[in-house]
Parts: sequence; C-alpha cells; structure tokens
Amino acid sequence: MDKNINVLIVDDYRTMLRIIRNLLKQLEFNNVDEAVDGQEALAKLRAGNFGLVISDWNMAPMTGLDLLKEVRADQRLKNMPFIMITAESKTENVVAAKQAGVSNYIVKPFNAETLREKIEKVLVHA
Amino acid sequence: MPDGTPQGPEGDRIEATVRAVLATMAGDLTAKESALLAELEGLGRTIARAKAEIAALKVEDIRDAHIPSATDELDAIVEHTAHATNEILDCCETLEQMQSELSGEAADKLQGAVTRIYEACSFQDITGQRIGKVVTALKAIEGRISTIVSAASGMPGPEAAPAPVAQPRDEKRTEGEKLANGPQLPGAGVSQSEIDRLLASFD
Repeated sequence: MDKNINVLIVDDYRTMLRIIRNLLKQLEFNNVDEAVDGQEALAKLRAGNFGLVISDWNMAPMTGLDLLKEVRADQRLKNMPFIMITAESKTENVVAAKQAGVSNYIVKPFNAETLREKIEKVLVHA
Repeated sequence: MPDGTPQGPEGDRIEATVRAVLATMAGDLTAKESALLAELEGLGRTIARAKAEIAALKVEDIRDAHIPSATDELDAIVEHTAHATNEILDCCETLEQMQSELSGEAADKLQGAVTRIYEACSFQDITGQRIGKVVTALKAIEGRISTIVSAASGMPGPEAAPAPVAQPRDEKRTEGEKLANGPQLPGAGVSQSEIDRLLASFD
C-alpha cells in the first residue's frame, strides 16, 4: 500500500477535516488536501493527482453522493478509490452509495481502526 | 369566556346576523332549516372562539421572540463546542509533537490516548448536525405559526410573518440531497458491521 499518494478529504465541518487529517497522519498518510464541499473537491480532483478521496455526504452545494457520481462519470477519475465517511446511516443511503460506485462506507462516529481497515481494503483493490 | 362564547364586537356581530336572518325568514323555515341555521350559528361561534384563543396565546411572541431566541442559543452551542473541540485538538497536536521525545511503551501509550481523543472529538460533528435538524424543525414550526397568525388575523401572511424556510422543490433536488437526513437516533440507523455486511452482499 502506497502511503505517499495524495489524499483528498471533503467535509463541511472544518473540525472534522482536522480530525481526519490528524488520524491520516498517524496512519502515515502525509500528503493530504482538503475541500469543504463537493464542488470544491471536484475542481481539486480534476486539477490534481489524487489517489484516494474520503468524503462526507451531507454538504452544500454538492453532496458527497453527487460528488461520487461526478467522479465515476469522469473518464480520468472514474477508478478513483472513494470512501464515504458520514453520519447518514440508513440502509437506503448505503445502497445508493454502493450503486453509485462507492469503494467503502464508514458511519460516524468512527474509530481510527475502522479508518485504517477501510483505507487498506480500498487501496489494496485499487 | 367561561361558556366558550365569543364576547365583544365579533360575537355580537355573529349573533345579530343570525337573528336578522331568522327574523326575515320567520314563518318560512322548516324545522330542518332552523336546525341548519342553528348549526351555522354554532360554527360561527366556534370560529370566533378559536380566533380569540389564538389571540390570547400571543403566538406572535412565539414567532418573534421565543423561536429566534432558541435558534440563536442552539447556534451558540454549536459555536462554543466547535471552539472547545479545536482547543482540544490544539492540545493533541502539541502532545503528538512531544511524542517524538518519548520512546517505547510511553510513546505508544501517548499515541493511543491522542487517537482516542481524536475519535471522541468527532462528537462535535454529530452534535452540530443534530442541532441543525432541531433548528430546521423550529423554523418549520415558526412558518406554521405565521400561517396561523395570518389566518386568525385575516391579514396577508408575508407582512405578518417572515416566510417559512424555503425548501428546494423536490424534483430539483439531487439524489444526494434527497437522501441527506443527518444522524439517526440510536437504534434507528444501521451499524458499521451491518454496513459492511450490506456492502459485501453486492460483491
């Protein structure tokens, strides 16, 4: 697993961005960038060279699910590993995310071990 | 109004109108028509009583003072918890810098403790989202109250009350927006292990 990849974390709560960034640092992922909504994230993904997206769902003006659909529809980004980290814990949300092509799904509140396990899983299969 | 009958000009007006109608129709009414008029009179009194009760409730106070105050207080809670959480994160980052000065078991213990603090700090996100749902519910109540006040006063709504929170028309909302419900109450959502099983079932 390459820990030198660029990781984009997307969340409209800056505190949550900070928490995820620090947890990623503990997992030795040091190349981390941030976006506060789907639109900003999409612009960064199209302009940059990322190897993993970790996104919240409930954001405006573009939700995490809509970002995921845009990523999967983009020829250059369509195979990007994409983990949803969200408080949305209804079955219909998980099913919609899976149908849209999510790589893995973490429900908040989560622990560091779950984050590590899901990242390893998606990067091994990437 | 001990007997529930509206007092004052409105109650008098209803009674006078009904009596006037009855007087003009004296001798022409069947028993059924008289009963119907009595029902209408009763209906008019009920409406007038409801309007008087709404006025007595001072719902304008709820709309103009209590709900805005409650939403301001909730916003302040979110702001203060965010500030406190960031203070905690500042301390954690300081501790992590000190970790390099330690070695072995002490360093591991420190990292374990800091990790647990990071995990616990995510409460602020969940709390903020839950409070956001409460604020949305309060604004919906505010909108309904404005409608009631407008109907009771006979005045057009927009001047009498702020418009309810605008919701995007459902057909214009994306799937992501439609499914964005925020955190579920304990037991209402699926757990991480259930999510893992659900995802595996697609493979």
